[in-house]
Amino acid sequence: MAQVNKFSITIATANGSGSQSANLILARTLFRMGVPVGAKNLFPSNIAGLPTWFSIRANEEGFTARQRLSDIAVLMNPATAAEDLNLVRPGGYVFLNSEIKIPESKLRTDIQVIPVPFREIVQPVSDSIKLRKLLANIAYVGVLAELLKMPEEILADAVKHQFGDKVNVIDSNMKALLAGRAWAREKHGQILFPFRTRANACSNEGKIMIDGNTAAGMGLVFGGCTFMAWYPITPSSSLVESFIGFAEEFRVKENGERDFAVVQAEDELASIAMVVGAGWAGARAATATSGPGLSLMAEAAGLSYYAEIPAVIWNVQRVGPSTGLPTRTMQGDLTSAYYLSHGDTKHVVLLPGTPGECFYYAQVAFDLAEILQTLVIVLTDLDIGMNLHVGPRFNYPHDEMSRGKVLNAEELEKAGLFQRYKDVDNDGIPYRTLTGTPHPVAAYFTRGTGHDENGLYSENPEVYKNNMMRLSKKFETAKTMVPKPEFDARSNSRIGIVMFGGSHEAVGEARFMLQKIGIETNCMRIRALPFTSEVEEFFDRNDCVYVVEQNRDAQLLTLIRSEMPQYWQKCHSVLQFDGLPLDAETVVEQILKVDKDLRKHC
Amino acid sequence: MELKGQEKNRIGFTKADYAGAKSTLCMGCGHDTITSHITTAFYQAGINPYDVTKLSGIGCSSKTPAYFLSKSHGFNSIHGRMAPIATGVHLANSKQILIGVSGDGDTASIGLGSFAHMLRRNVRMIYVVENNGVYGLTKGQFSATADRGSISKAGVANPYDSIDLCALALEMGCTFVARSFSGDAKQLLPLLNLAIRHNGTAFIDIISPCIAYANHEGSTRSFDAVRAANVALQELGFIQPMTEIKIDYPEGEAKTVELHDGSRVILRKLQSEHHDVTKRDSAMLALTEARARREFLTGLFYWDQNSVPLSESLKLPATPLRDLDNQTRPGVEALDEILARFE
Repeated sequence: MAQVNKFSITIATANGSGSQSANLILARTLFRMGVPVGAKNLFPSNIAGLPTWFSIRANEEGFTARQRLSDIAVLMNPATAAEDLNLVRPGGYVFLNSEIKIPESKLRTDIQVIPVPFREIVQPVSDSIKLRKLLANIAYVGVLAELLKMPEEILADAVKHQFGDKVNVIDSNMKALLAGRAWAREKHGQILFPFRTRANACSNEGKIMIDGNTAAGMGLVFGGCTFMAWYPITPSSSLVESFIGFAEEFRVKENGERDFAVVQAEDELASIAMVVGAGWAGARAATATSGPGLSLMAEAAGLSYYAEIPAVIWNVQRVGPSTGLPTRTMQGDLTSAYYLSHGDTKHVVLLPGTPGECFYYAQVAFDLAEILQTLVIVLTDLDIGMNLHVGPRFNYPHDEMSRGKVLNAEELEKAGLFQRYKDVDNDGIPYRTLTGTPHPVAAYFTRGTGHDENGLYSENPEVYKNNMMRLSKKFETAKTMVPKPEFDARSNSRIGIVMFGGSHEAVGEARFMLQKIGIETNCMRIRALPFTSEVEEFFDRNDCVYVVEQNRDAQLLTLIRSEMPQYWQKCHSVLQFDGLPLDAETVVEQILKVDKDLRKHC
Repeated sequence: MELKGQEKNRIGFTKADYAGAKSTLCMGCGHDTITSHITTAFYQAGINPYDVTKLSGIGCSSKTPAYFLSKSHGFNSIHGRMAPIATGVHLANSKQILIGVSGDGDTASIGLGSFAHMLRRNVRMIYVVENNGVYGLTKGQFSATADRGSISKAGVANPYDSIDLCALALEMGCTFVARSFSGDAKQLLPLLNLAIRHNGTAFIDIISPCIAYANHEGSTRSFDAVRAANVALQELGFIQPMTEIKIDYPEGEAKTVELHDGSRVILRKLQSEHHDVTKRDSAMLALTEARARREFLTGLFYWDQNSVPLSESLKLPATPLRDLDNQTRPGVEALDEILARFE
């Protein structure tokens, strides 16, 4: 019996060899066939030459998290081919570029290795050696498409989608694809290939396949971003480039006028300072970065917090510490983001888990930054940001943009006085005025030094303390405004799983696996810091809570211990921190290990 | 008849309308003199304080924006980041006239990178460095603008070469480069008046001796040392628009340039006949020669009247970005068009 719409493919190539288009065509074809699919690119910090792996997982049950092993592998990289054989699970299939010789000792008997003469297959397609090298990639798509029985028409559409209006490119790629297909039909048409696809067995109607960085850039365009300052850093650069691309397409007037400013700054110190300056003067301003950049932004983060200036940082996490693994994923900046800067600081942190949330949270982040007059950090990661995820189409945002408590000249006239840091409404959020407000009481002097309710310099102990307590009160107000967690509860269970960000892909699958062996679980995906009241309720309802996160030091659990100490004793950490996106087996294994220990002690 | 100090400028404000809080700097500090000149220049220029935004970094000099124009918004930010903060402020509301006051520690050390890059971008602002060659608030360490061999108050000779901020500004593409001395109102007022009108970064390096840590024998930045070495490149005069009253009109052969608001600047060469204020290389040469002669050359070194500020290079609209929100959101059809690419 063939496994229909349920397999994973890993394609091993060298960075810069032009395989990305081929891989995307494969993923898009599956997506358009209605198959739930996820695609993850494991790439090196390098421009060309180092190994790269692209994994596609098709799964009719909707589980698209990374798997440790694949059912099918295409091995195009001589440097890694022998090792890459170990990426395949027993019973799997390997399509090996026939020019690669694998030492006898590395061969496995529990997998099928099919040598494919890619160079020969594409020989008739083009006279250009350079082009043929590229076309070898699309030839493996042809081979796989034939054996997996992928419909010709949908494939051709995906090719067109990939290359747009480049007719010649489409033509040569289609030829190479068909050549690959023909080769597979001729040589292996009779083999019993255990994996196949079926179109329309399920549906991707109303869905899109997109990466989180592209979605975030779109969200910034639709969420009112008027100022972006940034310094290029993997894996956040594509987020800003997405914003620039869409803004230039949809927010430039015919006369060339733009309603947005983008500054590529000299470093991250400058990026965040520009954002704080623009936010202070009233623009919806954001920057995007990753760990090393976030570290550099620490001082200005404290300024934003203490002088109460709206600012937004998108931090697309990569593996740290230090330069770390720049092209691998991690949830490693949670505590540093939350407490970023010296002195007593705490920031609102948004934790989107899908490209959809990246899109919607772009506006939410600006609204919260302006309402709360503070820094908001949006924490995504390389897996959410740069890998492809299938999800519902984004709804057009109809919510008015919130600008917070800003007083204009008329309002100042009515009030008669203005005290920048006074808690007028008992919510900890003061009023502010913007530069150029034509009223004698409008101006104030903003400073990162100690200040009283009028913004005047003060070192008075009581004044300092009262101001800090008001900022705490403001943080309490923030708890009522930030996105609430997402829940999936099973009525009888007292076992909970807590996670954030993109971990839900693996956790969803892990819960399914646990359910099969009789362990029902409740689940909560936290979507923001500070913790909202719903988070506490979840801990109250569960006796044993597994906190799943992608870092070594259990950073989410650290925050739970610090903010809700009454719960931490019922918590157990489930951790993965190898730079790879979380997989379900890891979650299940670690939960079962604790579960076994718990039962022993019962 | 109006009382002294109550005379109104051309937009009906008195000088008191440009005042700020009381200074907390040392008695006799050169910075306070500069504060007073800034107050006077804005009063003379007839700029509405509501149209001005004040900025600074951290240090003695960075405290001074609190001491002038209290009806203008001010932002005393963080050490070395005045330049990027100003960049954001300028782009969010490019209608405002920005004046930033920084020090030599703030600009020439911790903020040197950002300062250089701000000049490349030509943010529209008056960028004043109150330059004394010493860290005052931390009690007397040399700054990066201190001369090699200058003796600190603790008796140590500075082992490093100094950074000439004007030369750096010229190299970085700054469109207005000048140097002056805190005690020279005659020169500083016309420079500030001209800077207020400049449509780009107007950089003024003002030598402002620190009376607490650099006013001793052996310091090349003491009042006496600066006065002795001060050589003016030209005499400057400034005539406000709609007026025939001459303010410090220099005698002799002079070049008069009319500005877009009808005001006029008068430049009379005192030094090198070869210096041309519109030529960057000429300015660089004048500075290099003065440096070799161990002189503090002051005056307007370079001025690009056709300067294009960052807000214009980025093609920003007339409405300040900070006033834009819901109207920036593209329509439903735009979202549909984008989403179709991911189907």
